Amino acid sequence: MDKKLQARAPIYEALLEMREKRIVPFDVPGHKRGKGNKPLTEFLGEKCMSTDVNSMKPLDNLCQPKSVIKEAEDVAADAFGCKKAFFMVGGTTSCVQAMILFYCKKGDKIIMPRNVHRSSINALVLCGAKPVYVNPQTHTGLGISLGMSVADVERAILQNPDAKAVLVNNPTYYGVCSDIKKITETAHAHGMAVLADEAHGAHFYFGENLPLPAMAAGADMAAVSMHKSGGSLTQSSFLLVGDGVNQNYMRQIINLTQTTSASYLLLSSLDISRRNLALNGGEIFRSVCRLSEYARDEINKIGDYYAFSKEITDGDSIYDFDVTKLSINVDGLGLAGIEVCDILRDDYEIQVEFGDLSNVLAYISVGDRERDIERLVSAFLDIRRRYKRPRSDCKKYEYIPPDVVCSPQEAFYGKKRRVALAEGIGGICGEFVMCYPPGIPVIAPGERLTGDIIEYISLAKSKGCLLTGPEDADVEKINILEE
Amino acid sequence: MSNIELWFSEKHTENVKLSIKIDKQLYSENSGFQRIDVFDTVDFGRCLTLDGFMMLTEKDEFVYHEMITHVPMAVHPRPENILVVGGGDGGAVRELVKYRGVKRVDLVEIDKAVVDAAKKYLPFTASGLKDKRVSVYYEDGLKFMRKCDGEYDLIIVDSTDPFGNGEVLFTKEFYSNCNRALKDDGIMVNQHESAFYQNDAAAMQKAHKLITQCFGISRLYQAHIPTYPSGNWLFGFSSKKYHPVKDLRSKDWNSLKIKTKYYNTNLHRGAFYLPNYVEELLKNVEKS
Repeated sequence: MDKKLQARAPIYEALLEMREKRIVPFDVPGHKRGKGNKPLTEFLGEKCMSTDVNSMKPLDNLCQPKSVIKEAEDVAADAFGCKKAFFMVGGTTSCVQAMILFYCKKGDKIIMPRNVHRSSINALVLCGAKPVYVNPQTHTGLGISLGMSVADVERAILQNPDAKAVLVNNPTYYGVCSDIKKITETAHAHGMAVLADEAHGAHFYFGENLPLPAMAAGADMAAVSMHKSGGSLTQSSFLLVGDGVNQNYMRQIINLTQTTSASYLLLSSLDISRRNLALNGGEIFRSVCRLSEYARDEINKIGDYYAFSKEITDGDSIYDFDVTKLSINVDGLGLAGIEVCDILRDDYEIQVEFGDLSNVLAYISVGDRERDIERLVSAFLDIRRRYKRPRSDCKKYEYIPPDVVCSPQEAFYGKKRRVALAEGIGGICGEFVMCYPPGIPVIAPGERLTGDIIEYISLAKSKGCLLTGPEDADVEKINILEE
Repeated sequence: MSNIELWFSEKHTENVKLSIKIDKQLYSENSGFQRIDVFDTVDFGRCLTLDGFMMLTEKDEFVYHEMITHVPMAVHPRPENILVVGGGDGGAVRELVKYRGVKRVDLVEIDKAVVDAAKKYLPFTASGLKDKRVSVYYEDGLKFMRKCDGEYDLIIVDSTDPFGNGEVLFTKEFYSNCNRALKDDGIMVNQHESAFYQNDAAAMQKAHKLITQCFGISRLYQAHIPTYPSGNWLFGFSSKKYHPVKDLRSKDWNSLKIKTKYYNTNLHRGAFYLPNYVEELLKNVEKS
């Protein structure tokens, strides 16, 4: 990383210059630097509104960057240690879709763990490729899904030598990493590309003693949520690509679905956040690690909670663990993770990232203050005192191996009928059902609906999970393919 | 003597401010937690401000410090172990050590610089910190509380406003952990903002709502503090057992012959009778 280069922020600098010139806008957006929408300007602030401008010559154009955006991309590529970095304004979802659309077309195969984010399977609906799922191992004590074991990936590769690519979560929502280096070597040895979903791993590129980032492991592409651990605005991400990727074709792929009116608020936020992490990332993530280690120690002192960390690593499906993630197993309380989330929000005005059947995940980042950590820890102490009950109906997460009958695209566009959940058993599902967050599908289009899946859906519903995906928002009914 | 127009102003709302003429500034420091200033003023004597908010003046601090201490001290029959959270100026502690029956006063203040400044510039409040029964802990109040279980007779929450360092002292987890730190007949008294201006009133209502969820008895009482926004200030009295008025031990307290400038046992009763608009604000957030 070139520190002198990293001190620059070309898009930000161009916006500053534009602001100083006080150009009279006879172009879109119609709010004209906020003057035409006073209530919104009052809410968001003048600086924000005057940055919400359209592509123009001095500001470049995201569809075909030639000047300041291209420069900013080059600086970002240097920061992430990759060949090329694309600025993305459709979230990491758009990065994941671009990666898959780049390698897969109708009928192609792609190897991925079943605990992928919905955006991966959505991409399969778009392009018509078929997933080959690898069982992400499950930690039975904690009730979480993990990474992929290298042997499982290798088996999938040998059984599907025609697959185009392997997709890896680096890390999972809970901070679990697979051995991405080994997986990459294996995939490359069989001529397959490696795509990393790094929605939760932007900080790997800038911190110290953190798990290996995908581009350093030799992966071909990585989808990086700068807006999660990187501090940029929601919806802004980087798509990183390595050597030997046709960048111009990738630009075409991105332009298939990307807006032609990319927001300069998002673009500048990427530029400024990248600069901040490149210059101060070491210090920032030392502080984040210190805060989460402190919170973990304090929470583990309370009793009945288990805030887990590196000690769960096993050299394979938990190859590494991201210590910035504060995941807390609450089985000892006799409550579900989702229930603890609700108590934290309703009683203590503390919003955590999400809860599943057994765990609560609190997102610790560059923006946290020590006093907020004290609040979180004290709330956990108080919840134990007030709500602890005997462990009885603590149902744990179990991996349900999917039976993929047809491609997600065939199922999604196929002729369907809507039936009550229970009547759907044995049918091929025509839509997604997922708990949000984390947005990992319980069932995806093209998979056979089983009694286990329906039982899991009912359980999640009863614990207060937000279920999304089906046409029927209440998830009483489900669309089944007519066979 | 040459005249200099130097004024301290504090916004009480966006559109209302109180200005006090400064004679001179004695101290100014950014402690890392907050900006601390000490002034000598023409009419209010020596003053302490934190982040530009008036914490105390030499002229009217007696009202606040007497009311936050003597009210619970006249209700609890044997207040021996007392915790003060915040209050690094020492004013509350100064009142508490006037009681011979008190065995231990723990003061938890997050910012050592406040205590140091008080010792140097505010001897009229910091004097009590020298008492042998007093221990000072420089720690986050919420964190300190996690280690306490059923050991205090009285907890006094002498905090700043809920918009800065004092934020954590206006949360459910704090009040609930205070309850845990108290003995079965313990009392908690807290600085409870004011009902007059909208922002203060909202903070006051929110605190009351959270406290009523944690304590069986929670009542408010008022005092007149000229340099605080609107001049009318509230305190919270929350307790597991004793009622603030019905269990007042006037005779016992008066027999102690503690010298006060504001507090007396008649005023004690009167302080709990609140104006209608305050009662209304409270009723709106109490459990039905």
